Order: sequence, then C-alpha cells, then structure tokens
Amino acid sequence: MKVTIDGIEIDVPKGTTILQAARMIGPEVAPPTMCYYSKLKTSGGYCRTCIVKVTQGSAANPTPMPKPVAACRTEVMDGMVVENTINKDVLEARKGVVEFLLVNHPLDCPVCDQAGECSLQDLGYEHGAATSRYEFPRREFERIDIGKYVQLHMNRCIMCFRCVKVADQLTDKRVHGVMHRGDAAEISTYIENVIENDFSGNVIDVCPVGALTDKTFRFKSRVWFTKPVDASCDCKKCSGKVRLWMKGDDVLRVTARKDQWGEAEEFICNECRFDKKKTSDWKIEGPTKVDRHSVISQNHYNHLNELKVQVLKQQKALGFMDINKRP
Amino acid sequence: MGRKLLIHNDKVPNIHTLEVYRAHGGYASVEKALKTMQPDQVTDEVKKSGLRGRGGAGFPTGMKWSFLAKPEGVPRYLVCNADESEPGTFKDRYLMEKIPHALIEGMITSSFALGAKQSYIYIRGEYFYVARILEAAIAEAYAAGWLGKNILGTDFSHDCSVQVGGGAYICGEETALLESLEGKRGNPRIKPPFPAVAGLWGCPTVVNNVETIAAVVPIVNMGGEEYAKIGVGKSTGTKLISASGHINKPGVYEIELGITVEEFIYSEEYCGGIRNGKKLKAVVAGGSSVPILPTELILKTAKGEPRLMTYESLSDGGFLTGTMLGSGGFIAMDEDTSIVKNLFTFSRFYHHESCGQCSPCREGTGWIEKILKKFIDGTANESDVDLLWDIQSKIEGKTICPLGEAAAWPVAAALRHFKHEFIEIAQKKKFVDISHYNRLNNIRP
Repeated sequence: MKVTIDGIEIDVPKGTTILQAARMIGPEVAPPTMCYYSKLKTSGGYCRTCIVKVTQGSAANPTPMPKPVAACRTEVMDGMVVENTINKDVLEARKGVVEFLLVNHPLDCPVCDQAGECSLQDLGYEHGAATSRYEFPRREFERIDIGKYVQLHMNRCIMCFRCVKVADQLTDKRVHGVMHRGDAAEISTYIENVIENDFSGNVIDVCPVGALTDKTFRFKSRVWFTKPVDASCDCKKCSGKVRLWMKGDDVLRVTARKDQWGEAEEFICNECRFDKKKTSDWKIEGPTKVDRHSVISQNHYNHLNELKVQVLKQQKALGFMDINKRP
Repeated sequence: MGRKLLIHNDKVPNIHTLEVYRAHGGYASVEKALKTMQPDQVTDEVKKSGLRGRGGAGFPTGMKWSFLAKPEGVPRYLVCNADESEPGTFKDRYLMEKIPHALIEGMITSSFALGAKQSYIYIRGEYFYVARILEAAIAEAYAAGWLGKNILGTDFSHDCSVQVGGGAYICGEETALLESLEGKRGNPRIKPPFPAVAGLWGCPTVVNNVETIAAVVPIVNMGGEEYAKIGVGKSTGTKLISASGHINKPGVYEIELGITVEEFIYSEEYCGGIRNGKKLKAVVAGGSSVPILPTELILKTAKGEPRLMTYESLSDGGFLTGTMLGSGGFIAMDEDTSIVKNLFTFSRFYHHESCGQCSPCREGTGWIEKILKKFIDGTANESDVDLLWDIQSKIEGKTICPLGEAAAWPVAAALRHFKHEFIEIAQKKKFVDISHYNRLNNIRP
C-alpha cells in the first residue's frame, strides 16, 4: 500500500497504522506520542498528540477525513495522503493538546527524577507555548508507594494508560487500574494494594513522565550526570539485556534498553532492575549510542539530513515560521 | 392536532399492563412481522420509512441496520440505549414509564429484523424505578409468550433483559455503553471497529435509542411508505420533544416533524407560550450539547424562512446561524435568563461527566468550568472570553468520542450569539445571585 506523509511516499504492508508508516520514513515526519507504545496492545488513542490531518482518505475514496485522526490508531489505506508537520491546523491542535496535558501537570521538573528524559518535556519544548494560560490551582495527590520499589506521584500523571496496559498484559493478578473519572481520574492499585510480581518495575520504564519512579534511584542523581552503558547478564526470568546508568564505577540505576522512540526494546524483570546494582553483576557491552530521547544527547548534533530538508522546504513554501529555529 | 404514533395511549389507565396494552392494539407489529414478513422485509420497511435515530445524531436507522455484519455462527445483539442523560431530555423516561410494552414490542420486532436472539435494554441508574416497570412488563411478556422460545409458534426465539447502569452521561455513547454492559469501566472505545462489526463481546451489535425502537412498531403496523408521508423531506414521522424551561406547559410532546418552531412554542397544543407573559430570549433546541440560538434565529433561519422542527431546518445555516434537532430536549429561556449562568451549569455538567480518557476533554472541560466560574464570581477579564473560545476550538473534533464536541459546542454558540453578556460581566466585574451555584459546588469542589 502506498501512503504519502508530508509529501514523502512510502510502501507499507496492509494493517500498518499512519504512525508506524511515519516512523518508517523517519523521525522528521513521525508525530510525537505520549500514550502509544508499540510493545503494548491496544495502547494509544488517548493523549491525542499524534493527531494528523488526512487530506485524502484513499485512492478509491479521495475525500479528506473531516476531523483530525489519531495516527497511532488509524490504519493506512492505499493512496492515503497525510499531513503532519506541513499542516498548520495540526501543529496548532497539537500545541493545544500540549497545553491541555500541562493544565494539571505540576511542572516540578527541577525536583523530578524524570527530568532530562521526559516525553512531556520534549513535547512541550518542540510543540508547546512558552507560557501556560492556566491560572487555577492544579490537582494534588499524596504520593503512594506501590510495592517496595515503585512510587506513584499522581500529580505528574498525564493519564496515558501505559502502566495500566503493562499491568494488564505483562503481569498477572492485576491490581492496577484507573479510579474515578474526568480530571479526578487517578491511577491506582486498588485500595493501595501492592504490585507484587516479577515485572512490575516496567511501569517505570513505560511512564512518559515522572509519575512512576524508581525508589532505588530517587534523588540519587540527575540523569544527565549519569553515563548510560549497555550491559547484560544471564537471567532466568528475562533476556537480561539492560542499560546501566553509571556514575564513576557505581551503578545508580538499571533500565530496559530504549529505542529511538523512547520505548523499551525488551521488558526486564525486577531482579535485574532493582537488585543487581554492582558492576560485578553485569557483563558490560560498551557505552550506549545516545539517541535523541534525552537531554544527555546535547552537543550531539543531528545534521540536517535530506528528509528534514524536504520537510522544511514544504513548510517554507506554505509560509510557516521555521519551527526548528529557536528565538 | 398532529398525529400521534408513540404516546397516543399514554393517558389510558393501566396502559402499562399487558392486558390493557394488548386491548389497544399492542403487539400487532410482532404478529404481523413474525407471521407475514421476512426479517429483511422489516428492515426494508424501516428503510422506506426514512426513520432517523432519535438519540441525537439522526443517522438513518434502516441504513444502520443494514450495516450489521452477519457472519455465520456468531450471535448478534440489539441493545437499546435507555441511558437518557442529555440534560433537557426526558422523553424516553416518559415513554418507558407510561407505555413500557411499546418499547418491548419494538425490541422484539427489531430483533426479528436483525436476527438477534438476545437484546438488552441499558437503562441509566437514576431510572431505577423505570427499570422496575420495564422488568415487570418483560415478566408479563414472557408469561404471555411474547418473549422466550418459539414466539407465536414460529421458530423465532428471543430473550430481552434490562441492565441498569451506574448513571454516567458517557455511558450514553454507544461504545461506552457496550463497555459498561460488558461489566467494564464505561469508557468509549476507539472507532473503528464500529459496533455493527464488533460490538457487545466482540459480536455485531446494533445500538438504538428507546424512541427509535418504539417507532419501529408503527412503521411495521402502517408500512414504511405510509410513515414516510408524515414529516418534511428527510425528516419523516413523529418525534417526542421534551419541552422544558420558561414555558407555560413543560412536558413531553409528540410532534409531526415539520411543524414550525413558532407553533411549537406558542400554540396551546404544545408549550403554550412563555410563562408570565415574558419574551423568549433563547432556545436550546435539542438537548444541552447543541448550540443555543437567540429568538430571531430560532424562529426564522438566516434566510428569513420560518424554522421548522426538522433535522434539516434546524441545522440550516450550519453552526453559524443554526443548531441541531439532537435528542429533542427543547429548553426555552425567557428574557431574564443569564446565558453565562446557563452555560456555567452546562459546563459544570460536562466537566463532571468527562470520562478522563483523552486529554482535550479531560482537562479542557474542567478548565472551561473554572473560567466560567470566574464570570459567575465577577472576577473575569475580557481576555477570558477569547481564552474560552480558544479552548473550545481545541477540544472540538480532537477527542475519541462526541462528548468533546458536546462540551465545546454550547460554549462556542453562547460566545457566538451572546458575547456581549460575557464582555459586560468582564467590564463591570460583577455578577449577581450565585448562591444556588455555590451550594451545588460544595458537592464537588
């Protein structure tokens, strides 16, 4: 099936979503995601940051879709034409979504462990406005310990439902879900039950913000002061392929390896994540190739590749401000 | 007098019992359909009748039925949406409360057309007493052989049951309703797939409003073509209108689609004019989600033609100068009404009822309510008017389900037609009489 995204055509198999097709082309045209997670079934569709405009439904039925659609949950049709970064309405709507996500977010980045590798920070930086027009008190919750290792800080939650999907799909005996509705909705382990199973730690990795944090790492260090190293071990429960975050010779934190979209390549078990904090526990494979998904990638410049140039050219022709140029 | 097809018997004593209902011609459509017609013929009659969904969207019912996937060996379901929670709408309650057998008869006939062996009536939690009425009626129908195995000696068997919801507005959205019916949290599903393909428990399902299903009874009895003669253009048949607000005779009225709005408001047969001799200021024509219109636009379209109570005429001019028939929740407001206060009430409702799945609606509805509270408190600035407009435009069309639009449209329409009221409050920094809202606010700060 042929689909055109931002003027770039690509051939994809049937059943591919717009988002997957855009990711195949490259990060230059891929819409941002906050709730979609390729490793979790039925994820996506909630945050609305990936909305795109379909200007041609398919070759057979070329009428445009009336509303913007969620790229992560819309399958491509043959001959579909999608506009993402070259559509002003889409960018404006996405800016609106960022603002909505920040309405009840405390913006406590200076004391948040996620700062530096936070999807919301990235999103706000790339698509948001510098100031919020929201002037009312934000919602507040008490911090809750769920299990020995994980802390839930609902103030920061943006309700992406990823952790709920992890609890549903990765672990058995689910006690993790959503209570209440609307802006009073909260992630909860029912009546503060503890998540006790071998893979519960993965909720930390899938959390796009700092709502679920690793208690063995809390306030130990800012992430950009730690050095990521790929390592592995023989683990009976998981693949044992992890990323160590080191300061000197100390292992401060262990996470799953994340790909260029900030998604875990393979989920890891709690033993690897929380208990093996010595270098002697691990076979070090070498330093991680730093991707864009972190401020630790600063000073690693991406040169303007051909794709980016193509997108910029289209934006310029439409009279856009160069959104990549900072004031 | 307009023709009445749905609630013509509502004043008959004991019409809620099977005996009296049958004596007044009840269950004739079941007899006719099961004994003399094929399922597809019933669907054809509904198509010919031009019946459109009475729940709000106005989608042609016959077309919806024909979309139903019919794979072999997979059960199909008919679900009746009795989660009537649109503010200003109470027609389904009246129908179910007075003539429960009309709905059950419609359920059997419709299920026969769709080939559904099981149907459900999903009723909102606040209507618990109506659920009891329906359950009693269903028990009567079972005892008399209208439900159960081999109805009327044919090989059509059908079971119908009532499910009481928890009382959430969002469960009136068809996919949220199905989730709730399955025993899950009532969150709307992401479409596609549509319920006609994968609905209840993943099986093909048709979800119809109470009034739509009840309207199948007269359609089968009199024939689709005869039914289509009532009404104007693509708005055929009769419609129940829940009239409320500052009118002399609030209540449920069955109208022939096509009477003028002016007649509906001022004639003695229907609303009987505005109470206390006041002037009409504005009308919300189809339940709280549809745009509010000022008097000059509700009585006449922008082209100067008289506005009719039809799907097309009410939406004439788009949202700039028109509105929607919606679910038929007709709320009239007199000259003393504050649109700002009215909008605050609506917005408070949408904030309370947002399910919290997608961000624009979850955060936007609360934000809108808080800004409107500033207007009620008299602390708003003129810039808040523009902010309101901007927020609603960023909710509309960006959400999973239509609740986003339902929350955004009233704000947009109030600002479009009554902006001066907002500006006035912002300039004078004063609003009177907020005691009522303060009391309500204590329930949920």
